[in-house]
Amino acid sequence: MTPSRSVRIVLVVLFLALLATPIAIKRLSAWSETGKSTLDASQALARYGFYFQEVARASGINFVHQAPTLDHQLDHIMPQVASMGAGASIVDFDRDGWQDIYLTNSGEGSKNCLYRNQGDGTFKDVAGDVGIADLNQSGTGVSMGAVWGDYDNDGYDDLFLYKWGRPELFHNDAGRHFTRVTEQAGLPQWANANTAIWFDYDGDGLLDLFIGGYYAEDIDLWHLKTTRIMPESFEYAKNGGRKYLYHNLGAGKFEEVSAKVGINSRRWALAASAADLRGSGHQDLFIANDYGVSELYFNNGKEFREVGEETGVGFAPKSGMTAAFGDVLNQGKYAVYVSNISEDGVLIQGNNLWVPQEGTSGDGLRYENLARALGVEMGGWSWGMQFGDLNNDGTLDLYLTNGYVSGDRNKSYWYDFSKVAGGNSAIIGDAKNWPAMEGRSLSGYQQKRVWLNDGAGRFNDVAQAVGATDTYDGRSVVFADLWNRGVLDVIVTNQRGPLLIYKNTVAPENKWIDFELEGSVSNRSAFGAEVKLFWNGRQQVQTVSGGSGFCAENQRRLHFGLGRTPQIERVVVRWPSGKTQTVDNPLVGQVNKIKEPA
Amino acid sequence: MSESTSRPVAYAISSTGAVTARRKIRFDNRYVAPLFITTILLIGHLSYGILESYKKTALAIAISIITELILGRVFFGKWLNLASAYITGISVGILVRSPAYWPYALCSAISIMSKYVLRVKGRHIWNPSNFGIAVLLFLAPETMAVLSIQWGNNYWSLLVIWILGSIIIWRARRFHISATYVAAFFLFAFLRSWIIGHPWQAEVAPITGPMYQLFVFFMITDPKTTVRSKMGQCVVAFFVALAEFFLRLDQVVYAPIFALFFVGPAANLLEMWWESRRQKGAVATA
Repeated sequence: MTPSRSVRIVLVVLFLALLATPIAIKRLSAWSETGKSTLDASQALARYGFYFQEVARASGINFVHQAPTLDHQLDHIMPQVASMGAGASIVDFDRDGWQDIYLTNSGEGSKNCLYRNQGDGTFKDVAGDVGIADLNQSGTGVSMGAVWGDYDNDGYDDLFLYKWGRPELFHNDAGRHFTRVTEQAGLPQWANANTAIWFDYDGDGLLDLFIGGYYAEDIDLWHLKTTRIMPESFEYAKNGGRKYLYHNLGAGKFEEVSAKVGINSRRWALAASAADLRGSGHQDLFIANDYGVSELYFNNGKEFREVGEETGVGFAPKSGMTAAFGDVLNQGKYAVYVSNISEDGVLIQGNNLWVPQEGTSGDGLRYENLARALGVEMGGWSWGMQFGDLNNDGTLDLYLTNGYVSGDRNKSYWYDFSKVAGGNSAIIGDAKNWPAMEGRSLSGYQQKRVWLNDGAGRFNDVAQAVGATDTYDGRSVVFADLWNRGVLDVIVTNQRGPLLIYKNTVAPENKWIDFELEGSVSNRSAFGAEVKLFWNGRQQVQTVSGGSGFCAENQRRLHFGLGRTPQIERVVVRWPSGKTQTVDNPLVGQVNKIKEPA
Repeated sequence: MSESTSRPVAYAISSTGAVTARRKIRFDNRYVAPLFITTILLIGHLSYGILESYKKTALAIAISIITELILGRVFFGKWLNLASAYITGISVGILVRSPAYWPYALCSAISIMSKYVLRVKGRHIWNPSNFGIAVLLFLAPETMAVLSIQWGNNYWSLLVIWILGSIIIWRARRFHISATYVAAFFLFAFLRSWIIGHPWQAEVAPITGPMYQLFVFFMITDPKTTVRSKMGQCVVAFFVALAEFFLRLDQVVYAPIFALFFVGPAANLLEMWWESRRQKGAVATA
């Protein structure tokens, strides 16, 4: 039996229609994206309710990140290996009410900077004056990032600096000076770490410290004994650095307890963040790993249980670069965003937005990836990101930076990269097998993403329209209200590039409310405390975090956009100690300072 | 291996009436290839969790089977054996990498439909999944890529797959195709290394990945889309490797997929032309 001519024609038409489908989808997708073209400030303000103006230099910040120069055996792939270290964290180190910026540098001998906010719109680098600048000396490794937390509850945030090298802990002496206390604390001699967070995992009121290793800790990247230092697999590597969990014993002493509490991973950690995902009163730990699956550790206050696969977030291996929590759907629940790598025609991982599945909670919590459905999936070679309400409309938006190595614009390293990345561990794991980069780009010059939440379950990229137009190789993103105006400004670090400060101007009709929490029974930094805000029939939860995103820490102050004519119904604060506090009559348009009741 | 077959492949199979009882307990050779590819998937997934998701792989298989059922009914007036559609679907499910669902469904549908639409003298000329994947790589590179990373670092699972695969295609009398291709790949890898000055390990690296396991065992050996003579099959396999060599020099990431996409049909068309010419010559002589 052979089909009739008309059946054949129908079949051919159908076949052609199938072939045309990808083109139709592409067209449809391009048509639905409205924020791709640049707008002037007034147009952006009218259309999206905010716009950015890059003001780093105008504010007195001329920081340009320097990358390290590692062992000469890595010369041929140096840009690829020495590709991190531009970290940023926000702290009010002197408690003057203005957010300051600490930046890590990574060139040997380069200086880290602490830009003190002078309150007049300008910043001054005081890192040298207070003793936390010269931390990249030869033989000690170079900085990767920093997190601030008040580990001794004296009211001043202390500094933990993680490096490819010797990590350092500095005690903040009342905002005037910093004293190095690394040895007393008992920190490791060497760790090639790319993430660390402060959190009080056992709820004893003292901040503990998690450190996530990237390269194995026995590797000195400046004096290689072997070139077999690379990941053994592009997506299944378990030969990375170990993890550390330093339990705070008080009096400036810490005890390393990772194995004891069940954290034994040797995946290549790039980002970690903690939040109480199950309402258990304990902060669970999320780790985004490069070259593998993400890990989620449920914490019962004494032990951790890895539940990545069980919950869905650790099933498909990708290249996790960042991790941050946000109540993106205003449901009073945290979603987790993990950035990954995508390059047209080569590797399409897509970023993940893990949202709690309807009807799951507690130990039965399950996540589903809604990045595609919500429109926050494709971000190039993605790095740091943060959630925050950029236009104060009452929903969390998302800022994502990206770009790996911007070299020769006309020559790409992707082919050679993919060639080796697909090889057996014997090949991929040895740096000498990697072809020389020779100045070529690898996902360079990428456009950033500013995904604006429309409040109806869809994000729209408006980066170009609102002025986030740079194409540097972005790394960290942090949010802070640098000028105390009730808006979130965006600070972006760039590898081998300048620091960018996107000063945010928001439509004044959108209102806001901020909360600054201070623990008493709980840790004084209030890390892990969460504020649930109910207004106009809506709700949103945010948590105070001791590290979020890629090599980043946001301001501790929690910022809520409220939209127009807000009516606050109630504000509930849940402290790490377990106490719940209802805030009476919080002031809109103000920073509400809340101290934990004794 | 038998991805595009809709009828049993002429593998070595017992056919005497006396072996009826044996046939009941012996495995039908049509199912060797599906079983093998399923084994690869299971080894890969249970060892390393290679699948993007169960749902996406299931979708690819389901669409492939449904399309085959419908078109088989329309074209041949009967319900076809689904072994080949299963292989196409599972190949798509393993090889396609996309966060979206639609590329899995679309790739499967295009792959199967290509068998029915792109026919010359009653023969389809492209390996179905090779066609579907190549077309989508060309049309939707921003949404879809192909599995190009290794599954893991366990040499044993790798070894098991290569040995098992070799045994099975040996049994199917197609080992010469894979062997020729692999030998040519290595030859050209060393040649590339010499030409461009990259470490030979970098040039050899791709064949140690899972994409090549599927490519070597299932795509280039497809009986319905390879030429008939044994020598011709070896020559075609060599030319696939040669085309891949040039594509790799031009830094085409999915060089083997595109090499087979171009060389496979060209070889088939050439064979058809040659046979037609020979038949005409024979008729003229008669």
